[in-house]
Amino acid sequence: MTSTDVVKSVAGISDVRADMRIAEVWQQLETVVDPELDESVTEMNFISRAEIDEDSCVHVDFRLPTYWCAANFAFMMADDMRTALRTLPWVKETKIVLCEHMYADTINTGIDAGHTFAETFGKEADGDIDEVRHTFLVKAFQRRQEALINHLTAAAGLALERIPDLTIAELSGLVLDCEGEKLLARYLDRRSVVGAATLTAPAFVTSDGSPLDVDSLSAYLSGLRRIRANAEFNGALCRGLLNVRFDLDTPLESKRD
Amino acid sequence: MYTTKDGEEIFVIDAHTHFWDGSPANHKNIHGKQFIDCFYAYHSGLSPPDQVWPKEKFEKYDAQTMYDDLFVNGYDDMAILQPTYLGDFYNNGFNTTERNNTMKQAHPDRFILNGAFDPRDGQKGIEHLHECVEKYQVKGIKLYTAEWKGESKGYKLSDKESYRFLEEAQKLGIKNVHVHKGPTIIPLNRDAFDVADIDDCATSFQDLNFIVEHCGLPRLDDFCWIATQETNVYGGLAVAIPFIHSRPGYFAHIISELMFWLGEDKLLFASDYGIWTPKWIIDKFMAFELPDEIAKETGVNLTLDVKKKILGLNAAKLYGIDVEAQKKKLGNAHRAAA
Repeated sequence: MTSTDVVKSVAGISDVRADMRIAEVWQQLETVVDPELDESVTEMNFISRAEIDEDSCVHVDFRLPTYWCAANFAFMMADDMRTALRTLPWVKETKIVLCEHMYADTINTGIDAGHTFAETFGKEADGDIDEVRHTFLVKAFQRRQEALINHLTAAAGLALERIPDLTIAELSGLVLDCEGEKLLARYLDRRSVVGAATLTAPAFVTSDGSPLDVDSLSAYLSGLRRIRANAEFNGALCRGLLNVRFDLDTPLESKRD
Repeated sequence: MYTTKDGEEIFVIDAHTHFWDGSPANHKNIHGKQFIDCFYAYHSGLSPPDQVWPKEKFEKYDAQTMYDDLFVNGYDDMAILQPTYLGDFYNNGFNTTERNNTMKQAHPDRFILNGAFDPRDGQKGIEHLHECVEKYQVKGIKLYTAEWKGESKGYKLSDKESYRFLEEAQKLGIKNVHVHKGPTIIPLNRDAFDVADIDDCATSFQDLNFIVEHCGLPRLDDFCWIATQETNVYGGLAVAIPFIHSRPGYFAHIISELMFWLGEDKLLFASDYGIWTPKWIIDKFMAFELPDEIAKETGVNLTLDVKKKILGLNAAKLYGIDVEAQKKKLGNAHRAAA
């Protein structure tokens, strides 16, 4: 299977409507992120098949960089795909299949039945995944914050000293370029992870919701850079492993030889 | 031995190497295949294209190939053999102390032999630990906390049983404990790569050194935190250092963070042979310079002296190797062989 093999098809309905629906499926899948990498599962090339059958059931197959990738993250992605697809009004059923993974059978059965993580894994888990999910949402918040502050102070010319006092309303009112708008939207999407994101609340706070201090700002930012560098490193590693595992770099023609 | 352009000799200890059998004949089940396949993905994904081995060579290489790759074609002067048992995946184990010992016996001055224990093995495990020390005279212990065993999919160093084994190892004179964090620690709902149990152990066992292989990756950010608080925590550069080829920018970040948080005395070069070979890694490492921007930000410098420490002197200190005496010994052996 290569990226160009990825199946995007719909059975039984007119071509135009089929194309629209499959586009909606991919749009929904794009909103699902690998919690550890904070990157979309479509961007990471994890989806190997997305199809809609005659009964409006969406079939999604996905794969991960290794057979050993953490079971909890694999479950979260499958569960998030299921939830995201079921928000589409025309979707009657979903069939999410994790392929070639040590816990594939357990996870696929659990997701099919609509079970929680704790129900799926029983005694192998010690409760649900809220805590680990929160840990990685906080890391995603920190990483997105670093990217935005970096853009604001470098590309958008905002003085670093202004960062601690900026409110969410003021931040949202800044005139930014396309890249800046994207980073802003991504950041605001995670801002509520660490506390109420009202318009008058400070835009930038620490991971426990405390205000930033102008004197320790540069030390704080280098801490965030470490988190970002680590996540980027992991993303690069995962891409490399996935490419080798599924031979994504070899062009299709030469594989058929 | 690596010799600089100015003729300076750098003594190299490769702190993490394996003599494994991942061949299909040795697979007990699908997990054995998936395990070596995953290693092979690391190998082909991060090696320069001209250094990628055929799958068969990777699955099982012979003793002569390993010796040549490390000491003849590579710059290693010594290498530490670290076992990974995986008895649930491989009929004869993947890379046992016994198998590694055949390498050690063939080249006693070249290799440092480490053993292993599994705290889930109870009394039998304690006996194996004794065997490692008394029969094989291992100098350190390598732990793989993600190893599957029966119903269990891994353990934590902070478990009560782990403590019992660490106490026993300490009684037997072990100083160095290499910890390989792999995924799938039970319970499954927690972060599989969490490094907090190392922190816990390092505090409780102040006389042991904990060398954390691949520097806690993929949790480098958390690892730096704990390592800076514990004086007996070291970072093994396996997995991190091959990025020097494919992603030098990330490598620069990582090595500078490690130098900033842990310090230049706490980092150990490792090829993780046979996942990677030391020749190309060391060539690139010796030629590597930290970008000014990163050096300025972290205030660290990857000087020749620092490189010497990372490549061999730090490991020599941990394992009580007298570098000058060892050089003479190896030089004599080399002349005798020639």
